[in-house]
Amino acid sequence: MDRIEPRARSDAYGSRINRSHSPLLANIIPWASILLGSLLPMLAIAAALPMVPPLGFLLLLSWRLVRPGLLPVWAGFPLGLFDDLYSGQPFGFAILTWSVTLLVIELVEMRWPWRAFWQDWFTAGILSTLYLVTGWLLSGASPTLPALVAIVPQLVLTVLLFPVIARFVARLDELRLRRWRRV
Amino acid sequence: MAPSGQRRSSYSKRAQYNLFTGYIVAGAGALIGAVLLGVSLFQPDLFGGPRGAAQDAATPATETVAAARTGSKSLWDSISGYYRAGSKNAELKREMELARIRLAEAEALRQENVRLKGLLELQDKDRTPVAVARLVGSTASSTRRFAYLGAGSDDGVTVGMPVRSPRGVVGRILETGNSSSRVLLLTDSESVLPVRRAGDETVAFAEGRGDSLLRIKLINLGINPLQPGDLFVTSGAGGYYPPGIAVAIVTELADDGGLARIVSDPAATDFVAVEPIFEPEAAIGAGTPVEEELGD
Repeated sequence: MDRIEPRARSDAYGSRINRSHSPLLANIIPWASILLGSLLPMLAIAAALPMVPPLGFLLLLSWRLVRPGLLPVWAGFPLGLFDDLYSGQPFGFAILTWSVTLLVIELVEMRWPWRAFWQDWFTAGILSTLYLVTGWLLSGASPTLPALVAIVPQLVLTVLLFPVIARFVARLDELRLRRWRRV
Repeated sequence: MAPSGQRRSSYSKRAQYNLFTGYIVAGAGALIGAVLLGVSLFQPDLFGGPRGAAQDAATPATETVAAARTGSKSLWDSISGYYRAGSKNAELKREMELARIRLAEAEALRQENVRLKGLLELQDKDRTPVAVARLVGSTASSTRRFAYLGAGSDDGVTVGMPVRSPRGVVGRILETGNSSSRVLLLTDSESVLPVRRAGDETVAFAEGRGDSLLRIKLINLGINPLQPGDLFVTSGAGGYYPPGIAVAIVTELADDGGLARIVSDPAATDFVAVEPIFEPEAAIGAGTPVEEELGD
């Protein structure tokens, strides 16, 4: 008898026989990755310009757009609370903007249920532009024109980085649903 | 992307309530965020406690990364140092000779200073730094320019103390945690520093613009005496910073002063020193409204 194809009994998430998902990883990876994303910009060099894209916000957008239905609508509150502790913006800024962002994406999804990736990118681009400009307006300092000009490189970088982050989130999602546990 | 079927709630009352509650909680979260934001815009230091604690919690990781970062930077410096080493060496030797001569002159000036101060019966207090620590991180994605320092109130750091690197002023302590603190960098748009031009008494304010430049605003308006290349040092007014520390170099002229580049770029600094407030009484006086009387 021919040996059957060894990968016949497995899919993208690993073997389907004798293996099961780890509930801990499946639940924790989206949240933990966004929290880490909030922490990472702090480790960057103490530059005189805001250059690093808001990674926590980008990861939140990616998880919400790449994997709809995973993050609850209210996820912006706890995640934003954590981001506020490290971001340098006045406290409450991320709580407000992240919650509103998730509600807006909910609206977009209701209006355009079928979307291609470029439409998601467009949504993410507009939302991150609004996020950065709101951040300039509500930074606690008086908003000056040079400071607005200074966020342009960061903005371009943020918009260009979204597809990369979305890919990364898709990989994380695969990792999340990998069958690690032996049953 | 196919729509997720999550919104299509079934006849199950539980599923419908779950969905509804999610929206309510999200809306309430946004409202709470707006209230917190409003409060912290008017009382910026209100949430300093939780922020300080969070910063303390992250310090071990940030310290490690900062050490690795400066390590890799110095490795790169030593590699790039080999590039055209011969001509650089000759140039450095010439500079060194000149610097030795200037150093001897400075020593003579220092002695003269001591003698003159002795005549005037002024005495210099020893200014030992309160703490020497690494700049472990910064708010790299926010419009505000804050840096995090690896020393906190346990090391004796208090709010308002000046932070300097060997090159010049870096900023001022804004919030302290137990083992870390937050530094308001000079380039932040809320930072204002009284400065004077090195060499004469042209006084000005150096305000951060939020885009890595400082705006030099002259106090005495009239003919703008600045030239590109002028060095500004702290004037000591206000009582926070000791006078004579390098701040910025003018690069561009404007109507009421000019634009200047900071001397001590926080990205290039490794260890910084936190110094005690220069004249605490003057600093308190500057912070007191005119209507109130300063108690004796």
